[in-house]
Amino acid sequence: MHGYFAVRSALRARLGAIALVAPLMCFVLFFFFWPLATMMQAAVTDGTVRGVLPETAAALSDWDGESGPTAAMQAALIADLRAPAQQMDFGDAVRRLNSEISGFRSLMSRTATAVRGAPEGSTLTLVGIDQRWGDPKYWQAIRRAMPLYTDRNLLAAVDLTRDARGHIAQAEGGASANRQILTRTFVISAAVTLLCAAIGLPYAMIIAASGGWVRTLLLIAVLLPLWTSLLVRTAAWFILLQNEGIINDTLIALGLTDAPVQLIFNRTGVVIAMTHVLLPFMVLPIYSGLLAIPNNLLPAAASLGATRLQAFRHVLLPLAFPSLMSGCLLVFMVALGYYITPALVGGAEEQMISSVIAFFATGTANWGMAGALGFILLAVTTLLYFVYGRLSRSPTMMIN
Amino acid sequence: MKAMTLKRATSVFGAATLALSIVAGSAAARDLTIVSWGGNYQEAQKKIYFEPFSQKTGKPVLDESWDGGIGVIAAKVKAGTPNWDVVQVETEELELGCMDGFYETIDWDKVGGKDKFLDAAVHECGVGAIVWSTALSYDADRLKEAPTSWNDFWDTTKFPGKRGFRRGPKYSLEFALMADGVKPTDVYGVLRTPEGVDRAFKKLGDIKADIVWWEAGAQPLQLLASGEVAMTTAYNGRISGINKTEGKNFKIVWPGSIYAIDSWVILKGSPNTDAAMDFIAFASQPENQSQLPEHIAYGLPQKDAAALVPAEQAAELPTAEANLAEAVALDGAFWVDNIEELTSRFNAWLAE
Repeated sequence: MHGYFAVRSALRARLGAIALVAPLMCFVLFFFFWPLATMMQAAVTDGTVRGVLPETAAALSDWDGESGPTAAMQAALIADLRAPAQQMDFGDAVRRLNSEISGFRSLMSRTATAVRGAPEGSTLTLVGIDQRWGDPKYWQAIRRAMPLYTDRNLLAAVDLTRDARGHIAQAEGGASANRQILTRTFVISAAVTLLCAAIGLPYAMIIAASGGWVRTLLLIAVLLPLWTSLLVRTAAWFILLQNEGIINDTLIALGLTDAPVQLIFNRTGVVIAMTHVLLPFMVLPIYSGLLAIPNNLLPAAASLGATRLQAFRHVLLPLAFPSLMSGCLLVFMVALGYYITPALVGGAEEQMISSVIAFFATGTANWGMAGALGFILLAVTTLLYFVYGRLSRSPTMMIN
Repeated sequence: MKAMTLKRATSVFGAATLALSIVAGSAAARDLTIVSWGGNYQEAQKKIYFEPFSQKTGKPVLDESWDGGIGVIAAKVKAGTPNWDVVQVETEELELGCMDGFYETIDWDKVGGKDKFLDAAVHECGVGAIVWSTALSYDADRLKEAPTSWNDFWDTTKFPGKRGFRRGPKYSLEFALMADGVKPTDVYGVLRTPEGVDRAFKKLGDIKADIVWWEAGAQPLQLLASGEVAMTTAYNGRISGINKTEGKNFKIVWPGSIYAIDSWVILKGSPNTDAAMDFIAFASQPENQSQLPEHIAYGLPQKDAAALVPAEQAAELPTAEANLAEAVALDGAFWVDNIEELTSRFNAWLAE
């Protein structure tokens, strides 16, 4: 009897715990995993074309893929276009085909209008409507769009494509530069993270060492920008950095330079502005980490003969290292997604991957490509997170 | 245990309610929502269209602003009931969205008949709202000699300083071809050939290092005002607007400018289609539309409205005879087909 109650109460406690985390789990599933899964699904699913052109799909399976279109293929496409389709599905299919070959959109709408406008029973030839239909490349494009799953978006996200024989190949030179833009995104984010660490660590140490109103003032100086809109902060940097801005005016007035120094629309401007905007994400974790360190450790090290530098190097830094690393991680991850700041104070060389994602998502409604680029970014970031996991552990082992 | 169950039930109910309210929030009855391009343009629209229409019908009108993009419209329409009703869109968004079934069909009888409008402003899915230009602009107080063509825009020895461009292939490629000696009437013919595209990119490459890229319509004004660029492409209405409000002396070069029509559309599945159609009709009435140029220098697609505009205002509009003479009409069909491929190439070119 007693055992039964023990099991029951354990079960009850377990259920209680589940109930307590249930809202959180629902939230995470609904707002985090579900959108992520949708995004990844969008990156690899295809089949909109198959849905709208089912007869063409069947006819294409008998085609050798090289010669001109067979009569059966043409008849099937005409039949598919005659069949009433949901306009939005048709639009999705056409968008998919146009991203394969530019001009497919007008070809399809022209053909659809001609086919639907022709009287029932009249003989139509596609090549008669538009001679492009005689070119196998349009039919190859339709065939490539038929499978329900595709890797083309993921490949295109890293400038790869499949050649005519289906082998993975480099995309045509000058057609896209996603790899370069991704690399640049990581380089800029790393530079900003390093700068934030270089400024944030001493700053956090000063806050932690000070007291009273000085500490409050220093904390407010970090927090105030956080409460200001990102757009406002970026615009402020625009005003400061421009050729006739305060910085250049001061430099010229001091006689340090004759002509204005180019501080904006280049890497310098972007790194300065992003470092400022992201600094709170570095300072706050380090500061809270420093607060947890007993403040008699440094005097103790000094009493044992350590110089100030040695005490910092062997006592404070290892203890503050985990919070420094979490600050770096925060800054780096947030920097990866930056969009507004590079667009406003950067030049052409500073556009980061999120501007490319935004173009595909809002500009052309190509959610497959947006999803694929997002997925690549997520994958690389996850990889870096594991590297971080390794890095943030090692110094503790050093002390041991 | 009971308390737990209750708590759990509450939390599940809470999450469900939250989810439902997000999914279905837009389905509830909502006031007519009109979306336009923001800035001093939308201020003018508010004064002459939104507020008077609200007064006339006795119902509130909500207005929001956006920055364009067919993806935004696609997301709203595919979600079921959109939370926007009337949207002002650019040429390609009109074409693309109409093909894809994102818009309601226009009841042209309600708007006063197709013959009352410029031909280019009549569409199955949209009613023309304004005629606007993208043109070479400069600050006449800073430049001693006035530039007159895209050739001058490319001449960085005669006119030292940076150049502003809207980021993206649209407009940039056309202007580059004109600077390379292509006649305005031939621009899209040349651009339709692969050699033409190469030629445009090559010409653009000549001043690549001098270009400052902008994205929002208000940016070129700031670039000019701060002297950051010597010349920039800009929207004509914003240029004359800032001259009026801030006493600037910015000038527009009309030859070689590209004009386009923005249209009102109604999103498919809008719960306010009747009110939306009434609004578009209201904004197309000559006595209402003719007030627009007083606030912002955009041309009027409704012919009777255009005739009511005072002569000195009419001379500033893209639709004025003299300004149209050497201007080019934006070829929406070309960009509908090519925007994705050319933007990828443009991004790659930028990254080189």
